[in-house]
Amino acid sequence: MAEHHTAAFVRTEILPEQAPPVSEAGIIRWMRENLFSGPLNTVLTFVGLFIIYFVLKEYSPWLRHSVWNAGSVGECRDIVTAKYGEGATGACWAIIRDRWNMFMFGFYPRELYWRPTLALGLLIFAAAPVLFSESRLIRMWVLGVVSVFLMVAFPGLDVPNGDTALLAVVLVGMLALAWMRPWSLLWLTAVYPGLAVWMLWGGSAWGPTLAMAGFVIGWLAWLATRSFGTILSVGAAVLAPVLWWLFGMAPVQALLDASLPAAIEGVRSEKFGGFVLAVTIGVAGIVLSLPMGVVLALARRSDMFLIKGLAVGFIEFIRGVPLISLLFVASLLLNYFLPPGTNFDIILRVIIMVTMFAAAYIAEVVRGGLAALPRGQYEAADSLGLDYWKAQRLIILPQALKISIPGIVSTFIGLFKDTTLVVFVGLLDPLKGITDSVRASFEWKGAYWEPYIFVGCIFFIFNFSMSRYSMYLERRLQRDHE
Amino acid sequence: MAIATEPPKQGFRLSQLLYDTRYRSMTIQVVVMMMFMAFAAWLVDNTITNLAARGKDFNFGFLSVRSGYDIGQRLIAYDSDSTHARAMLVGLLNTLLVSFLGCLLAVAVGVTVGILRLSKNWLVARLMTIYVEVFRNVPVLLWILIFLAVLTEAAPLPNAFKEGGSASMLLFDSIAVTNRYTAVPDPLFSRSLGNIDIGIFLISSDLMALIAVVVAGWYARRLVLRRATAVQNATGERPVTWWKSVALLTLPAVLTLWALGFHLGYPSLQGFNFTGGINVSNAFMALWLALSLYTGAFIAEIVRAGVMAISNGQTEAAYALGLRPGRTMNLVILPQALRVIIPPLISQFLNLTKNSSLAIATGYLDLRGTLGGITLNQTGRELESVLLMMLIYLVLSLMISGVMNIYNASVKLKER
Repeated sequence: MAEHHTAAFVRTEILPEQAPPVSEAGIIRWMRENLFSGPLNTVLTFVGLFIIYFVLKEYSPWLRHSVWNAGSVGECRDIVTAKYGEGATGACWAIIRDRWNMFMFGFYPRELYWRPTLALGLLIFAAAPVLFSESRLIRMWVLGVVSVFLMVAFPGLDVPNGDTALLAVVLVGMLALAWMRPWSLLWLTAVYPGLAVWMLWGGSAWGPTLAMAGFVIGWLAWLATRSFGTILSVGAAVLAPVLWWLFGMAPVQALLDASLPAAIEGVRSEKFGGFVLAVTIGVAGIVLSLPMGVVLALARRSDMFLIKGLAVGFIEFIRGVPLISLLFVASLLLNYFLPPGTNFDIILRVIIMVTMFAAAYIAEVVRGGLAALPRGQYEAADSLGLDYWKAQRLIILPQALKISIPGIVSTFIGLFKDTTLVVFVGLLDPLKGITDSVRASFEWKGAYWEPYIFVGCIFFIFNFSMSRYSMYLERRLQRDHE
Repeated sequence: MAIATEPPKQGFRLSQLLYDTRYRSMTIQVVVMMMFMAFAAWLVDNTITNLAARGKDFNFGFLSVRSGYDIGQRLIAYDSDSTHARAMLVGLLNTLLVSFLGCLLAVAVGVTVGILRLSKNWLVARLMTIYVEVFRNVPVLLWILIFLAVLTEAAPLPNAFKEGGSASMLLFDSIAVTNRYTAVPDPLFSRSLGNIDIGIFLISSDLMALIAVVVAGWYARRLVLRRATAVQNATGERPVTWWKSVALLTLPAVLTLWALGFHLGYPSLQGFNFTGGINVSNAFMALWLALSLYTGAFIAEIVRAGVMAISNGQTEAAYALGLRPGRTMNLVILPQALRVIIPPLISQFLNLTKNSSLAIATGYLDLRGTLGGITLNQTGRELESVLLMMLIYLVLSLMISGVMNIYNASVKLKER
């Protein structure tokens, strides 16, 4: 105890906490660590700052002097000159405002704009039980925004108030379903393809209905022949709908059209344009190419020599040629390959080509996923006594597809970007087809940057949200604990 | 007492074709084969019928007919009296040119951006992220159109470069970007070796000599390095090699260039146009820049993923062994990262080559522009032209992926 008293000074109370040195705290520390941690980093930071400064200096006046209301490029220039003096430049967004409908709908008849709009809205509702099944919060947010969008858009599209009210009732009903029993919306998902085709192209309701009925017929054929073994029932399930589409559908449709006409105003494919066209081709391609790609991937890994050979040949051929040459095949050569006199829709031809193109890439992505699965999974499935299809459906594909999600989604993004190439077979895509035809008018001659920036931004929003969604999906499906 | 029951002996029944796994796959294959043959026969039959109905035949004779059109940019001699086949060759070489230069620039951009994106510098990493996301999520056609618009709308007339004009040339008066073309210096040889005529086109002997010398220097460097390693293995001391290797890589080329009398012909304004250099059309420049920057964004992601795939432990282990940072990079990190990077990189090269067919948007006459464009329209031979064009692209792609397969086989982890 005595030592205590011999010490000259002993601090008995703890010192009050002091703030860290200025250079080691807050923003300054952050800057020292992240911007100026060494000579090279300092130089890089200054280069980066210079680039930002340069871009802002060059382009921010142009953006700040934007004109939103004008009738022509000349008028835009006059407004900018009047406001900001001689020599000032300004963006002329009035072109987007003036030709908004053109960018969105192409030459689709004006009084029918509500149909593609509604089709797009219903697409989200149909996709919701598949895409956002896990989280009610996200689902309700997305669907709520879509509903509000539809309710705002409809009066603007000259839809009578009574119809808008009807739509409001339907939307509220579907929102309630999405809140309580999201899986019941799968009915909408099932009928959506036929519904969308009918709404976009119009014409007789029986065409899409009977085409969709083909799937029901296939299912019935499968049920009826199930007792004869898998292979016969699968064969019947494929053959019956094909026969129906080729031979049975046309007479039945003629009969029904004559006795129970149910047609709305038809819209020809040449009228399609702008984002309606891009989204139609993109969504159809995405929906069709995924199953086709999976089947191709399975075929490529098959033990059967011929099946494998055909799959490899198809995939390598499609991947080896540019999409544009396939589009030329669709527009120029299909007339040679099909029986004389057949002349089917150009958008459908393009969708088929785009689908085949994307499917070949997806097949390669999925093949990578299948190859990445440990062999033990295959062996475990075999040892459980599962047959090939059960093993694929219950064990292999769920895991392989999960691994393949990033690759599949980037293929989808590529597909959506590639829809712009349809301009080269004479369709009015939003990027070049519509922009060129807008710029061909007298008023908007010489407006170069604004349409490109606008269309680019929309593509960016679509694709960026797709890539973010794939990240969300990966997180959601993650089952290992890291 | 166990009675061994013999399985009932039965002959082959037809139902075994469907229910017996030994025969089933054979049945399926035969059915699929028959369906495929029927489908192919149907297509061919339709084509023959349709061709006959239009009074056409299927032959490639049109390729030897006079083409009658001019091609602005060409690597080999060609004029409107040449045949369609030669026009096709010019187009193919143009495709290869823009693809090759595009791949070079895309790798340069991609590697730089990919590494900068991994930088600890917050600002630079963010800027590079913006570049990658913006370029990846917008159609490449948009970038081509934007670059074309920048060059044709925003660049000055050649006129503006005259004394006292508003525009000035770049890089010490050697490059002039005008609204019609970009004038760049022309490499000239005052003591040229002439050209070798290989029957179809001429090859510059100067270029061949240069390539041969550089390759020889590179091999010599490898020998020197191998000897240095041998000495190191024997004595433990590694001889200093850096100056030898630098000299072997650069000196032969410099000496050859000097011997051939290499100099640049600078473009200069004569009247309304630049002469003395090479005038590269804006169609080419726009396509090249757009394809490179677009593909560069994808390559940046590949490089980043490749570097991130190599765990930090590898670097630390190399340091623990006493390797210096340079040799750690060369001997430990790069060989592993390249195994991850090269396959997707080559598939990006493939994509760039195929995307070069978007030259259609700029008017640059590549394979699609000659064979699949003007030739097709002039001769009316859609079937032959498009099929031949697809075949050529297919062969190109298969060659590139063949190279990739050879590389993959050579770097594959050897499993026992």
